[in-house]
Amino acid sequence: MKPGTLGAACRAVLARDLSLVWRRRGDALNPLLFALIVIALFPFALGPDLPMLERIAAGTIFVALLLAMQLSLDTLFRSDLDDGSLEQLVVSPHPLAVLLFCKIAIHWLTTALPLLLIAPLAGQLLHLPDAVLPVLLAALALATPLLSLIGAVCVALTMGMRRSGMLLTLLVLPLIVPALIFGAGACNAAQAGLPYVAPLLWLGAWLVMALVLAPLAAAAALKISLT
Amino acid sequence: MRFDPTDSPPLLQARGLVFARNEETIFGPLDFALHRGEIVLMEGDNGSGKTSLLKVLSGLLEPSAGEVLLEGAPLTLARLSHQVALLGHLLGLKLELDALANLRFAIGLGGIKPGITPQLALASVGLEGFERLPLRTLSAGQKKRVALARLLLVPAALWLLDEPYANLDRSGIELVNRLLDHHARAGGAALITSHGAYAYTSGTPRRIALHRGVGAAA
Repeated sequence: MKPGTLGAACRAVLARDLSLVWRRRGDALNPLLFALIVIALFPFALGPDLPMLERIAAGTIFVALLLAMQLSLDTLFRSDLDDGSLEQLVVSPHPLAVLLFCKIAIHWLTTALPLLLIAPLAGQLLHLPDAVLPVLLAALALATPLLSLIGAVCVALTMGMRRSGMLLTLLVLPLIVPALIFGAGACNAAQAGLPYVAPLLWLGAWLVMALVLAPLAAAAALKISLT
Repeated sequence: MRFDPTDSPPLLQARGLVFARNEETIFGPLDFALHRGEIVLMEGDNGSGKTSLLKVLSGLLEPSAGEVLLEGAPLTLARLSHQVALLGHLLGLKLELDALANLRFAIGLGGIKPGITPQLALASVGLEGFERLPLRTLSAGQKKRVALARLLLVPAALWLLDEPYANLDRSGIELVNRLLDHHARAGGAALITSHGAYAYTSGTPRRIALHRGVGAAA
């Protein structure tokens, strides 16, 4: 690929962010451990009451995974802002939204994908019925990129402030509640033997919209926060 | 070969440039032109708006009034043409990665001049043998040299350098001057800020003095 083209720029961002995550792989494992611990603690706290665990399994896994993902959101653009890489991205001749999309994609790949991979194990810990697992995975596969994208916009908005963690949480939580309701709702419907496709389709529709709009919004917000 | 400084249009032109933050004018109105082959030194005390000016010129900040033209075209459009390289206070380097990885990222983002490689660029800033070390283990001056190597690689004609002499030893300062001379001879232009302690010494560069609130073009 010719250096300086948009494709080369995207590849450069992807390669650099991946190798950065690899250098900080201890930090990258943090959300994974957090989610596993939260899920493992539930049966201890509530007792080994199988029907009850079965009932709350999908919702608990959903909440734990979304919160675990949120842990890593604040660092999405922080180091780039602190070391000036963000300025270089902005003055580069490529559309900032596309470069940010690559960064968000790496965020999803390195935090959400490992979480998705441990979801079957989490399901076992909470005695999730096997038939519901595919629905849970599908709902998570749609809801986690949604969180990465919405989170990126919120991170970009709060970037101008030091110590923006608290505000970020307050901003992101209301925005991901619909994803939680529909995602966990699909699992509960599947568990009750009801049709579960419609909520998944809603999640898919939001994801498509966020895929297009969120990088643009994040780019605009980051440019403002640089001033 | 020296490029004729009267070539038109100028590489960079500022017209009535004003930047204000919270109703307070930081600099301007400022009028100046920068032609190919020219090195312009911008002098001013701390807080006189040098960094803000560079950010406006590179498109990071919106001017409050006036406009910036790159080869006669408004900045926002011309920016798409790989013309500007910015070296700010923040170097834009990842300390976890080695020098080569950082330069490869810069090349992917900004393109590369024909006939140069990251290894060559590192050698010409005096960092031969440091290619594979994480930047974290390098000194502040050496990091600055890696950032200078980036300027050598990308094909931008206009260099905007914010305090390029900071953190550099005597040979580093000479290196910056040599790079600037070479860049100017090859038809590039550079705008450098300095608070005056060290400055571009070869030849007599044009100077622009900035004072808080007013801008005087020389």
